[in-house]
Amino acid sequence: MILALSFYLFAAVLVVSSVMVISARNPVHSVLFLILGFFNAAGLMVLLGAEFIAFILVIVYVGAVAVLFLFVVMMLDVDFTSLRKGAMQYLPLGAVIGGVLLFELITIFGAWTFAPTIQDNIVNEIAIGDSVTNAEALGRLIYTDYIVAFQLAGLILLVAMMGAIVLTLRKRAGVRSQKVAEQFARKPSDAMEIKKVTSGTAL
Amino acid sequence: MIIGLEHYLTLAAILFTLGIFGIFLNRKNMIVILMSIELMLLAVNINFVAFSAFMGDLTGQVFAMFVLTVAAAEAAIGLAILVVFFRNKGTIAVEDIADLKG
Repeated sequence: MILALSFYLFAAVLVVSSVMVISARNPVHSVLFLILGFFNAAGLMVLLGAEFIAFILVIVYVGAVAVLFLFVVMMLDVDFTSLRKGAMQYLPLGAVIGGVLLFELITIFGAWTFAPTIQDNIVNEIAIGDSVTNAEALGRLIYTDYIVAFQLAGLILLVAMMGAIVLTLRKRAGVRSQKVAEQFARKPSDAMEIKKVTSGTAL
Repeated sequence: MIIGLEHYLTLAAILFTLGIFGIFLNRKNMIVILMSIELMLLAVNINFVAFSAFMGDLTGQVFAMFVLTVAAAEAAIGLAILVVFFRNKGTIAVEDIADLKG
């Protein structure tokens, strides 16, 4: 009963916040509703017994992706009102396509049942009972069977990071930035000289 | 009342449709389009984890992690391109981004 109630609570807040993400006038509100939705999705993952995915969802989506969105929305001086102009003209088409798609997806998935032979297809069975935690079981899989895919995922993140830096880094003219190499290459003889000062006279 | 697989699949279907609907609704605003794509990827992740939990197979959760990786990389690159474009053109309207075509 508690499980069902919490499922409906998380699901309802998730759907409502997703609607707000796509319909809010202010993009900052969109991002904040996106964060709310991610938290509720993490709650759903906990209900499913996938705690590790839930925490990763909060850390990666809320901590990194949503904050990145927030940075971009707040730092770019975009005229959002002009971007909303004419948005309503696509509403009927979008509603029709969305409605058809939703109908199809629910007809397919709403009556999903597993075949009786499903037990033969299970590759990495989830251990029943509390002998192994979810994170430990996932770790055992990722670092053994899926190590190549895991390393490739790391490579993707590295390339994405380098790409983002290369794209956004720029050299502006007329900026007095610190030149560390020139500072270190400077010798005392370049900047100082020793003067003999005789008493009673000026330099 | 038992929450079965079909509840989660229906929820994911609703989320995915909302993501697509968001792209139609905000056709000019690149940032909201990227957020809609994130919503769709979240729906896919819910599907993966729900199937994984109800089948008793951990592979789905491993794959959900890789989907998450790709989503993070995609958001970073997409927003970087957006920032560079805004710096050069002063707008993020989608129809102007067609200028990127060589």
